[in-house]
Amino acid sequence: MRRIGVFICWCGTNIAATVDIETVIKEAREMPGVVYAGDNKYMCSETGQTQIKGTIVQQKLDRVVIASCSPRMHELTFRKTAAAAGLNPYLVEIANVREHCSWVHKDKDAATVKAVALIRTAVAKAALDTGLEPQEFVVTRRALVIGGGIAGIQAALDIAEAGYAVDLVERTPSIGGRMAQLDKTFPTLDCSACILTPKMVDAAAHPNINLLTYSEVEEVEGYVGNFEVTIRQKARSVDAAKCTGCGLCFEKCPSKVKSEFDEGLALRKAIYVPFPQAVPNIPVIDRDHCRWFSKKKCGVCKKVCPASAVDFEQSDVLIKQKYGAIVVATGFDLIGFEIFGEFGYGKHPDIITSMEFERLVNASGPGGGKLLKPSNQQPPKNVVFVHCVGSRDKSRGKPYCSKICCMYTAKHAVLLKEKHPEAQAYVFYIDVRTAGKDFEEFHRRAVEEYAAVYLRGLVGKVFPSGDKLLVNGVDTLSNQAVEIEADLVVLAAALTPRHDAEGLARMLGIGSDAHNFFVEAHPKLRPVESHTAGLFLAGTCQGPRDIPETVAQAGAAAAKAIALLNKETLLSDPCVSAVDESLCTGCLACLKVCPYKAISDKPLTEKVHGRQRRRLVAEVNKALCQGCGACSAACRPGAMNLLGFSNEQLLAEVDAICL
Amino acid sequence: MQELAEISGEKINDCYQCGKCTAACPVNPFMDILPHQVLRLLQLGQVEQVLQSKTIWVCATCFTCAGRCPRDVDLSVVMEALRAILLRQRGGSRLKGEDMPCLIRKGMPEQGIVSGFRKYTK
Amino acid sequence: MRYSYYPGCTLKTQAGASLERPALQAARALGIDLVEQEEWQCCGAVFPLATDEIAPFLAAVRSLATARDRGEKLVTLCAACHHVLKRTNHLLQVGSETRDKTNNYLQLEQPYTGEGQVIHYLELLRDELGFDRVAQKVTHPLAGRRIAPYYGCLLLRPAKIMAFDNAEDPRVMEDLLLSLGAEPVDYPYRTECCGVYLSVNNEEIAGSMVRKIVHAALKQGAEAMVNACPLCHYNLLNLQEKTPGGEPLLPVYYFTELLVTALGLPEEVGDKTR
Repeated sequence: MRRIGVFICWCGTNIAATVDIETVIKEAREMPGVVYAGDNKYMCSETGQTQIKGTIVQQKLDRVVIASCSPRMHELTFRKTAAAAGLNPYLVEIANVREHCSWVHKDKDAATVKAVALIRTAVAKAALDTGLEPQEFVVTRRALVIGGGIAGIQAALDIAEAGYAVDLVERTPSIGGRMAQLDKTFPTLDCSACILTPKMVDAAAHPNINLLTYSEVEEVEGYVGNFEVTIRQKARSVDAAKCTGCGLCFEKCPSKVKSEFDEGLALRKAIYVPFPQAVPNIPVIDRDHCRWFSKKKCGVCKKVCPASAVDFEQSDVLIKQKYGAIVVATGFDLIGFEIFGEFGYGKHPDIITSMEFERLVNASGPGGGKLLKPSNQQPPKNVVFVHCVGSRDKSRGKPYCSKICCMYTAKHAVLLKEKHPEAQAYVFYIDVRTAGKDFEEFHRRAVEEYAAVYLRGLVGKVFPSGDKLLVNGVDTLSNQAVEIEADLVVLAAALTPRHDAEGLARMLGIGSDAHNFFVEAHPKLRPVESHTAGLFLAGTCQGPRDIPETVAQAGAAAAKAIALLNKETLLSDPCVSAVDESLCTGCLACLKVCPYKAISDKPLTEKVHGRQRRRLVAEVNKALCQGCGACSAACRPGAMNLLGFSNEQLLAEVDAICL
Repeated sequence: MQELAEISGEKINDCYQCGKCTAACPVNPFMDILPHQVLRLLQLGQVEQVLQSKTIWVCATCFTCAGRCPRDVDLSVVMEALRAILLRQRGGSRLKGEDMPCLIRKGMPEQGIVSGFRKYTK
Repeated sequence: MRYSYYPGCTLKTQAGASLERPALQAARALGIDLVEQEEWQCCGAVFPLATDEIAPFLAAVRSLATARDRGEKLVTLCAACHHVLKRTNHLLQVGSETRDKTNNYLQLEQPYTGEGQVIHYLELLRDELGFDRVAQKVTHPLAGRRIAPYYGCLLLRPAKIMAFDNAEDPRVMEDLLLSLGAEPVDYPYRTECCGVYLSVNNEEIAGSMVRKIVHAALKQGAEAMVNACPLCHYNLLNLQEKTPGGEPLLPVYYFTELLVTALGLPEEVGDKTR
């Protein structure tokens, strides 16, 4: 007979207010195999854990059931407690009587009945628990950072400084990301490029950092400590070893294309570096727009290159590399404007996004930072800024606040006045949110010193009328409709994850929310870890945030990665699948459903009635298996069992509820 | 308020007073209280003030506000419910049979006359 | 191409000469067979926004069901009728109390659940026929004529349900004008309300809305305005400013009038100023 102990937690009033603990104890004592049932106001506390440890020893308990919060919260805590008292940690079961019971019910009697049922289930499962032993495996001490913006650069630098090799993968030809596109930064107005460029150069020069620009992650396999990643390094068509960065090639190139870096406001060549401070300062050929690649004509860049670095024959390279940890820092896009027709974006060149404003005001941007109207290169007089275009908009846009728009719009109003003292900024807003160090002071400066007119309300429609823009808005503080004849309209567009974030999440096996932002393991206590071990998050791919927050988070993600890489070995989760070879028919249905490629076939030689016979059976690679249980569900003869969640245990649980 | 919610089916509390409805409204110059104020007053339970307003009769049901509302509140439906409450409870049709011949003489299309009667009478 | 056709009351009276007659004439010339429904009733002109009524939906549901039974799409011409029929169809499609109540009341042989399709004459030209085919039939192109399309509300909004065109920046009348050889004029307020039924008892408001629209079109050099709604037509024509001779500053046409002119069809178009 088992000797099972049941420990019931009050969780203060979280559980005890809705579940009658006395009744539960009494009922638990009657359950088969239970030799002890007791309670504690906080079972996870020092006294609670001491109570568990003491009872295990005194009562010679061989199985433990904790009725408390979700196992996500404290399963590990209680496993450690049991282990400290000499019990195999996998002989501990959690009955979740908080999230699954007290928090979701109001009727105390009914909740008590349900709590008892949940405990009975856990007791039935515990009775069939077997002790499990984790295995040790070696950690690959190399990190991958996906995304070369400020988040990725910071994370790579921090990991590299700790002494580990880092591959920094960036999709575009240069690292730098969104921050490289910005002009000044709020609330200090220091020049974005001036503070970013040194970091870009540091990253390129660091002996532990390997830059993989113009590259994309194609496939991710493996698990924490041993990810196997395939990276496609796209053909640059320029030999990086030979190129001196002289720039003659793009000077002479005849094909012009809208510059992505300049948000389409200026042209670049088909062979190009995206911006003057690009790292690496090596051009790429945009093969879709190059005359050589489309028509086999031209070849001017190759002719003029003094270093003979242009190489039309170059092809993509697939790099396969193992990593112990991965930091994801893929950044943001702006929401598409097609759905917000009332702003007329795309209908008139003087209706622009906030990102386009950054380029127009930037010295390295189109027009050399003179901030002129795109339509006629004249200085704007009346400039209308609109907050919350697509943000806080649950009907057509995104329900969340994009967080940075209030501040950068205040910055834009200031920069406008500095470039054109005679210009007037009108800012339409719903709320001004300035929660950040020196933020409120900065916003007030925009109003008080730079005379930006803040109008509390949104814009109904922008009507292009000749070379003017009629803006219909409202000021809800004075309760007046407002019409402004504007020269420039700047739309503060909602931040969204990169358009292909969903695909990356699937490839990496990390969670994402309804808007495709990657989800942290715990919103408060594990903000830089993903749900998947060994994968960490940094920057706006997780949610809207500003530069200092991004840098702080990137450092934190790096610290987590470093802590992981610091270990020579890791312990595997022993809750993996196991094959009962005597039952396995070798149908290999399990192999087909396994998402982790952890199952293979194995020939088995055995003696049947005195004769040698060979047959195939399934075999589980314990290092690859993630314990999802798909194989055991697919297995018809019931040969596949997930350790810790065996078929017998699950059936015992069902019986305990139903009988 | 309850009647208003039943007739309109709209969630007044979803409005966060961004004023987009007012900004979008082509007849706002003729209103005594602006569209966003209608919703605010309703949020505060001041139905009577709204029912007494000119605004609900100035509303042309052009649906512009509804299409641009970031909170999915259809103000055109709320306005219709307010008019319905007034007409049903207190009568006071704003268009009379006697007006018909004059309208027809002016060349008013049947569509306009029918709409007028549907909007302004019980 | 054969379709059920729902005319509505205005087309049989005030807008008969200038909207319906040319539309039917053009349809014949373009090889479109519009069969008028035998027993149609007035759609009610406004879509009932109060969700607790059923009577105003019945006429629309009857017409929709009849077209469904004939296996034909239902073509509308009047913007108000189109609005009412299309929204009623949507309401019955998504399933609602109205669907149950109207079906209970009408006791149709086969209950109607929004399976039919309602298309406006302009959609018919654009999606079923194609403006390129219209262009091929043009014999008297409206070359050099600068015309301002006016859309108003009923065809465009609510955008999700009407799904007629981009509600904030529609193109269908511009594209029609281009196919007829005319030059569409872009101007503000072409999708803003003209005042609709406010003109019944508040000409001041409707008038000011109309004048704003007409003024904007004139400012961009329009020589005429084109539209698709009898009430807009009435408002735009009657409430705009007049010349000392009593003529409107900006002539207003139905799109159908321009269509028959460009197709070179013989019949006299209706009196534009009425």
